[in-house]
Amino acid sequence: MDAEGLLLSLELASGSGQGLGPDRRASLLTSLMLVKRDYRYDRVLFWGRILGLVSDYYIAQGVSEDQLAPRKTLYSLNCMEWSLLPPATEEMVAQTAVVKGRFMGDPSHEYEHTELQKVNEGEKVFEEEVVIQIKEETRLVSVIDQIDKTVAIIPRGALFKTPFGPTHVNRTFEGLSLSEAKKLSSYFHFREPVDLKNKTLLEKADLDPSLDFMDSLEHDIPKGSWSIQMERGNALVVLRSLLWPGLTFYHAPRTKNYGYIYVGTGEKNIDLPFML
Amino acid sequence: MEDLTSLKQEQENQEPGKAGPPWEGKTAASPQSPEPESSEPLEEELGPDIGPQPRSRPPWSPQSKVITSLGDPKEPGASSSPASLQEPSPTPSPLALSREDLVAALRSDRTASVTLEAGTLHSDPLEQSPDKRESTPHHTGQPEANTFQQSQQPKSHVCGSTDVSYSNSKQKELRFHTFQEEDSNSEHELDQLRPGASEAVPSVLDTAIQNAKAYLLKTSSKSGLNLYDHLSSMLTKILDERPENAVDIIENISQDVKMAHFSKKLDTLQNEKEMLPTYEIAEKQKALFLQGHLEGVDQELEDEIAENSLPNVMESAFYFEQAGIGLGTDETYRIFLALKQLTDTHPIQRCRFWGKILGLEKNYIVAEVEFREGEDEEEVEEEDVAEERDNGESEADEDEEDELPKSFYKAPQAIPKEESRTGANKYVYFVCNEPGTSWVKLPSVTPAQIVIARKIKKFFTGQLDAPIISYPPFPGNESNYLRAQIARISAGTHISPLGFYQFGEEEGEEEEEVEGGRDSFEENTDFEGIQVIDLVESLSNWVHHVQHILPQGRCNWFNPIQKNEEEEEEEDEEKEEEKGEEPEFIEPEVGPPLLTPISEDLEIQNIPPWTTRLSSNLVPQYAIAVLRSNRWPGAYAFSNGNVRSSAELERELSCQSSH
Repeated sequence: MDAEGLLLSLELASGSGQGLGPDRRASLLTSLMLVKRDYRYDRVLFWGRILGLVSDYYIAQGVSEDQLAPRKTLYSLNCMEWSLLPPATEEMVAQTAVVKGRFMGDPSHEYEHTELQKVNEGEKVFEEEVVIQIKEETRLVSVIDQIDKTVAIIPRGALFKTPFGPTHVNRTFEGLSLSEAKKLSSYFHFREPVDLKNKTLLEKADLDPSLDFMDSLEHDIPKGSWSIQMERGNALVVLRSLLWPGLTFYHAPRTKNYGYIYVGTGEKNIDLPFML
Repeated sequence: MEDLTSLKQEQENQEPGKAGPPWEGKTAASPQSPEPESSEPLEEELGPDIGPQPRSRPPWSPQSKVITSLGDPKEPGASSSPASLQEPSPTPSPLALSREDLVAALRSDRTASVTLEAGTLHSDPLEQSPDKRESTPHHTGQPEANTFQQSQQPKSHVCGSTDVSYSNSKQKELRFHTFQEEDSNSEHELDQLRPGASEAVPSVLDTAIQNAKAYLLKTSSKSGLNLYDHLSSMLTKILDERPENAVDIIENISQDVKMAHFSKKLDTLQNEKEMLPTYEIAEKQKALFLQGHLEGVDQELEDEIAENSLPNVMESAFYFEQAGIGLGTDETYRIFLALKQLTDTHPIQRCRFWGKILGLEKNYIVAEVEFREGEDEEEVEEEDVAEERDNGESEADEDEEDELPKSFYKAPQAIPKEESRTGANKYVYFVCNEPGTSWVKLPSVTPAQIVIARKIKKFFTGQLDAPIISYPPFPGNESNYLRAQIARISAGTHISPLGFYQFGEEEGEEEEEVEGGRDSFEENTDFEGIQVIDLVESLSNWVHHVQHILPQGRCNWFNPIQKNEEEEEEEDEEKEEEKGEEPEFIEPEVGPPLLTPISEDLEIQNIPPWTTRLSSNLVPQYAIAVLRSNRWPGAYAFSNGNVRSSAELERELSCQSSH
C-alpha cells in the first residue's frame, strides 16, 4: 500500500484482523517519508509484515519512475531503521526452497540443511552428508520475491503503458465499477507479464494495449486460489489469496483507493488444492 | 505588402492559442488596412485564378486554385496537392497566389489566418527571394511533409506552404479544424468563383468555413454526438479544470467526456441495483444503533447495568490494538452492538466475543455464550433425536444380518457427545456473517466430529449449510465443522495468567478426580496480577483454562466398553469371539489437567508453541504482554497484569498438527 495514504489503507485492510499497533503506525509514517527522500523513490509502498518467532520483519518497497521495474525491498525490525535487501536471484529461490517452517526473526540466523551430495574421491563415489547454511536474510528475500511474483495485484487501469516503454501511474484512474470489481479479470499481477503471449488472437484483439499489458488473475492456478469478498455492503472489495495466506488486497470501487498488504508467516499454503 | 504581412504575422503570433472568436476579431481587424491595397491586385488576378478548380477545400483553397491552374483540375486528394506544389515554383504564380490569399484572408474568419500565413510566405519571395527560395524549395522538396506539418492531420489536404515557424503556432489552431476534402465543396467553390468579382473569393472561404463547420456538426450515426460539440466540451473541461500536462492525458479526457454523456440518471423511483447490498447492510446496521430506543427505557437501563453480561469489547479491542490485532474501530463497535443485540434477545449469563473466522465468500463472527441455568432445553431435544436415530440404525443392521451373509463387523460404539455445559460443550457458540445480521446458534459438537476435524483441513465458505467434502468423510456440514474447530481452538489457545483462575474449594474434590480431573474453576478474587515482564519471559506463568480435548474427542474420558457390556446380552454367542479379540480393558485416555501451564505444550517441529512479545519496546512501562500461538496462527492472548483476554482471528483455518 502506498505510504502516502497509509492510515486510510490500514483501516480499509483491517478486515483481515492483522494490522499494526499505534506505535508501529506512527513510526512507519515518519520513517517511510525519510526512506523516500533518502533513496529518491517515486513511491514507497508498505509491503507488509512477516511474523517471526522472535520478532517480526516489516517490509517496505520502493518504486522508481517506471512502475514495472524491479522494486527495491527494504526491511526493518523496528519500523524506524530500514536496510536494503539484495535483489532476488534464481539461485536464491532454489536454495531457500528447502527451508520450511517459520521465520526466526533474526536476519543473521542460519538454517542448516543437510543434503546428500555425491562426492567423487578418486574412483569411489559415495554420498556424503553436507550441511548447507542458509541465511535467513536470503530466505526473506526469496519469500518476498515469490509473494510479489505470484500474488501482488493491482486493479486494471491503475497503470498504463506508454509507447516509449515505461509504465506510469494512470492519473485518470477513477476506480473500478462495481460490476467490474467482482470479477477476477479486472485485477492484474503487478509484475512483468508472463502469459500474455499465450493468448489467442481473438482475445488479444479485445485488449487495450495501453491498459492490458499484464497478466490477469483469471487463469491463476489453482482455480479458486483467490477469495473475493465485498465488505461493508458493496463499499469495499477485498481479495484474499489462499495460496499465500495473509495477503489482503483491498479496493474501494469508484475511488482511487487500492493497495495490498501481506501480514503472515511467510509460508506458502501447499495444502491449497486439498482445502478447496 | 511587407508591412502588411509583418503586421499580420505579429497578430498571428500574438494570439496563437485562442479559440475562434479572437481569431475572427483578429482577422477582422487586419483586413481593414490592407483591404484597399489588395483589392486591386485581386481583381487582376481573379481571372486567371477562377479557371482552375481548387484541389482542397478550405483556407488553402485559393492557393490550391492557383496551384491547380498549372496542374490537373478537380482532383481531390492530398497526394495531388503536394504534386501541384512542386509545379508553381515560378515566382509569379506564388505572388499572385499570395495576393489573392491576402484578400481572401481579410474577409474570412479564423481559417483565414492560415491562408494569411501562406499569403505572407508567398509575398516574401518578391522582396526576399533568397529566403523564400530556400523555403519554397524546402516546401516543394518536401511537399508532403509540409502539408502534414501544417496541420499534422492525415486527412487534411493542405497544399499550402506555410512557413515552418508559423506552422507551429498555427497548427494548434488548425488542429481543431479537421478539414476534409469534398469534391462537392470544391465544385461549389468553383461555381461560386465563376461569377467572378471580388465578392466571390471571400465567399469561397466563407463557404469553406461553413462547410467545415457543417462537417464538424455532423452527428455520428453510432453515438449521436458530433465532433464540434465534443471538442468544445472537451476544451471547456480542460480550461475549467486545468490539469497538469494536459497533453499527456488528452485521450483520457476525451474518453471521460464521452462517458459522461452516458452517465446514469438518478431515478427517484427506482434504486440503483448495484448499490442495493450496501444499503441493505446499512439498514441492518442502523437497526443495531437504534436498539436502545424502546419503551420503558429507564427500567431497561437499570436492568442492563445490573446484569452486565455484555463484555467490554471496546476495552479488549484497545488492548489488542496495541499488539496490532484488530478489526478496525468502527467494525469492532458494530460487533459490540451486535453482541448487545444477542444478549437482549437470548437469556444469556455471560457472553464474549470469541473472534472472527475468514471464509471464502463470507466471514463468521463468533460469540461465545453461556446460557443461564435451565435455559437450553432445545439441546436436550436434539440429543433424544440423535439417540433414537442410532437405535433405528442398529435395528436395521440386525435385520440385514439375517438375510445377507452375516457380517461380523460391528461398528465401534459411537461415543456420545458430552453433556451441554461440560467439556467441549461447555459454551454455546453463536455466529453471524456480518454485524447486523441475525445470530445463528451452532449445534453442539460430538467427539466423532472432533476426531475427524483433526484429520482434515478445509476452507470455510461462509455458508453454514455447505457440505464438507473430504476424506475421511466429515459427519456433518459446515456448521458442525465450524463448531468442531472452535472447540479445538478454544481448548488449545484459551489461556490466562497463572492464578487468575483457581479451582473452587468445594467438597468432594477427590471424587471428581475419578472422571479425569477437575473441570470447573472460578475467578480468583485474590489475584494480584503478575508483572508484564514475567508474563513475557516465562511461559509457565500462563495456564490453559479450557479443558484439553482427548484423542477420543471428549474432554472427559468415556469408556466405550461399559455400554458394550450391556449389549452383550443381545448378541449371539458367536460374536463373543470377535469381542474376545478386542481388549477388554481400554486404557483411559488422559490429558493434561485443567490449569496446566502452557510451558507444557508440545512443540511443533522444533518451534515453540507460543510466541511472547511486549506490545511496545519504546514504552515498556505501559506495554502489555501479548502471546501469539504458533499452532493456531491467529490466536492471541494479552495481559497487562490485571486484565486478560484472548481472541482468535483465524484465517481459513490452518491446523499445524493434530491436537
